[in-house]
Amino acid sequence: MTGNRPVLTMTGISKTFPGVRALHDVDFRLFPGEVHALMGENGAGKSTLIKVLTGVYGTDAGVITLDGEQVSFSGPMQAAAAGVSTVYQEVNLCTNLSVAENVFIGREPRRLGAVRWGEMRRRARDLLARLDLDLDVSAPLGTYSLAVQQMVAIARAIDVQARVLILDEPTSSLDAGEVAQLFRIMRQLRDEGIAILFVTHFLDQVYGIADRITVLRNGTLVGEYRTEELPQFSLVEKMIGQELDVLERLDEQQKRATVDTADEAPLVDADGLGRRGAVAPFSLRIHAGEVVGLAGLLGSGRTEVARLIFGADRADHGQVRLDAGRAPVRNPIQAIGQGVGFCSENRRAEGIVPELTVRENMILAMQAARGWLRPIPRRRQDELVRRYVEALSIRPANPELPVRNLSGGNQQKVLLARWLITEPRLLILDEPTRGIDVGAKAEIQKLVVQLSDGGMAVLFISAELEEVLRLSHRVAVMRDREMVAQLDNDDTLDADRVMRTIASGTTRKEVTR
Amino acid sequence: MTAVAARLRPLTGHRLFWPALVLVVMLAANTVYRPGFLAVEVKNGHLYGTPIDILRLSAPLILVALGMTLVIATGGIDLSVGSLCAISGAIACLHISGAADQNSPATVATALALAFGAALVLGAWNGVLVAVMGFEPIIATLILMVAGRGIAQLVTEGQIITINSGPYRAIGLGHFLTLPLAILIALAAALLVAAFTRRTALGLIVESVGGNAEASRLAGIRSRRIVFLVYVISAACAALAGFMVTANVSSADGNAAGLWIELDAILAVVIGGTSLAGGRFSLGGTVLGALIIQTLTTTVYAMNISPQTSLLFKAVVVIAVCLVQAPAFRARLRRRRRGTEPGPAAPQREKEQVPA
Repeated sequence: MTGNRPVLTMTGISKTFPGVRALHDVDFRLFPGEVHALMGENGAGKSTLIKVLTGVYGTDAGVITLDGEQVSFSGPMQAAAAGVSTVYQEVNLCTNLSVAENVFIGREPRRLGAVRWGEMRRRARDLLARLDLDLDVSAPLGTYSLAVQQMVAIARAIDVQARVLILDEPTSSLDAGEVAQLFRIMRQLRDEGIAILFVTHFLDQVYGIADRITVLRNGTLVGEYRTEELPQFSLVEKMIGQELDVLERLDEQQKRATVDTADEAPLVDADGLGRRGAVAPFSLRIHAGEVVGLAGLLGSGRTEVARLIFGADRADHGQVRLDAGRAPVRNPIQAIGQGVGFCSENRRAEGIVPELTVRENMILAMQAARGWLRPIPRRRQDELVRRYVEALSIRPANPELPVRNLSGGNQQKVLLARWLITEPRLLILDEPTRGIDVGAKAEIQKLVVQLSDGGMAVLFISAELEEVLRLSHRVAVMRDREMVAQLDNDDTLDADRVMRTIASGTTRKEVTR
Repeated sequence: MTAVAARLRPLTGHRLFWPALVLVVMLAANTVYRPGFLAVEVKNGHLYGTPIDILRLSAPLILVALGMTLVIATGGIDLSVGSLCAISGAIACLHISGAADQNSPATVATALALAFGAALVLGAWNGVLVAVMGFEPIIATLILMVAGRGIAQLVTEGQIITINSGPYRAIGLGHFLTLPLAILIALAAALLVAAFTRRTALGLIVESVGGNAEASRLAGIRSRRIVFLVYVISAACAALAGFMVTANVSSADGNAAGLWIELDAILAVVIGGTSLAGGRFSLGGTVLGALIIQTLTTTVYAMNISPQTSLLFKAVVVIAVCLVQAPAFRARLRRRRRGTEPGPAAPQREKEQVPA
């Protein structure tokens, strides 16, 4: 904290949406030269607060000041012009445009109205060099990974003479090295006197970089703390507003006993399954009641494995069968028909249908399987939806709200419900806990345990090793688009060993098919 | 004022509120200009009057727009409906004109069946191009929009086919239970499409495909079939409209029948609150949209606006209607004159579930 006068204050902010009280009398302040973490569960009001600040939403009550003067932005562009730049949770850039165009879109360097392309590319290169990125700035943004796209979004945000930089979950798609790189940039910007508002779900990251923490819960302010004065444990308690019994129970839980599967026929048999350019041929068997974790770095081919097993992408090598003897799965319809469900990691693009209601989103897969000529009777829909809204504690508990009005974690639960309603035998969960809060995360983990105890096979993908190890009976390790090992999750397996496998990729002799 | 606004929110928030309000305002404006505008009288057991004319004349547009609604809801568009009107009308009239007894119900029935069948085949062609071959809908249907006029010309051999068939004429000009038959056909079609989409899961699945195609695919929806189906439905609706248009004048003109109706239909769908991006659709809104467009056309005639300026007049009104409906525009207007805005006048409340 270099200044003793806040660059930004928000006082008494309230915001209500139809059916949801998103913010109630929230105060927030931000000093120049600090990294300030905004913490809270999903639906606590973090994203709403940011959107109110940047003028995406109007306020119902409250005052915002920038440099002591009251402001009210009409939208992100105006906010950015005043020095408040935002990088949103999910990258909002145009993948079909070039990197340079994305950095400067809307404020291209011009001469007499014409865009100065050379100048634009040069400035984009300089700016990215500041972030240690060496990209071909004329290449379409879509040719780069999500992580690089995220960096480009940050470059775009800091090019404007930003005094306040808002990073809304910038790290959710980055791997450890990229996070370190981002943090270096954040510290550099902080030392230049920029105030950074940082939203994340990763507690370690908060303690790694934040100077102060503001906690929200259910749309109200819990408090503002200096990071060193707030132990991690108390932070979590303040966020979820209850004792940590749920988490503790999961933590205390013993390593999951390995299912005795030697004499049983596997439920899922992927034999030499592969797709050129996506993932090298692999073989993987999953038994009923077994949780198989997929570990590996971002871009190591985890998602590709899941998509091939579900038939979302066409395999050009090998095949996957459920119940030896039945026809192999080639597309999602066949997969669903044989009892497979797939929660995509890309919730917004491949999961929810935003304008449909919670109810409609939940019954979609079941309805699709029945065909449009046999609608699910409304009473049965309501019954199913009520059951899962309750079981997964989806908030707000109004099934007739458009699903886009729900927070990320609750949308994730709606997707889970969509598949649970179809009573699958194999559930593929690709990053089901990414970008959602501790409470919801624990609930989803608990659910996975319950489901597998009930005989469901689960393929569980997560960037968080600890989570994979906690839930899986077996861990398949991905490295450079290749499945390099399948390790039984026994007493000898720990994060360290999985890391070493990921790093070296040489433990192929341990492959247990 | 805020209290009034809050009380009215369930009403103003309803998706049919703005189109209904626009229609009411238009009718009211007409009544002010010409006090007898809304008068309806009974002659020879039939209802007559400007409102009845509006209903009768809007029937073909309602039909075309119903099919268009479903196509647009999947994120597509069907430009070929005008040509399909011309083709189906031409085939029906050709068959009747060649028959010995043009007044025979059997002849007319065969003519309708032939023309309807042809339209279904052409609709399937559109469907295959879009759903199977993966053409952009606007390109795929542009083919038949242009080529279809040629097909209609081939059918009529470049002539205007004139017929003299009582039963066929009745489709456009007949009456049943005091009401013009055309209205009843359009109403029946609207109810049928509503039942077909809302009593089955077709509506939900169409909205899902239009709302997020990839998510729908991964949820196991056979979106190709659905997309194919909506183009066939659209063609069927266009064929019915084609019968009506040609029956009105007892002749088939390959060039003029259904000319530009696709644009009016798209407009009706949009005014009715269905987004061109696809997703949620409202058949009730579409019917209101078609009625608004026909009322506007009638108004132009009633006010003796010269033909040279009538298109411009229509355009200005349409832009105004679209602006009034846009939430973003209304919000801006409200912000500008905060505090001075009177509560909006409340017209009759639309029923929650409008079947058509």
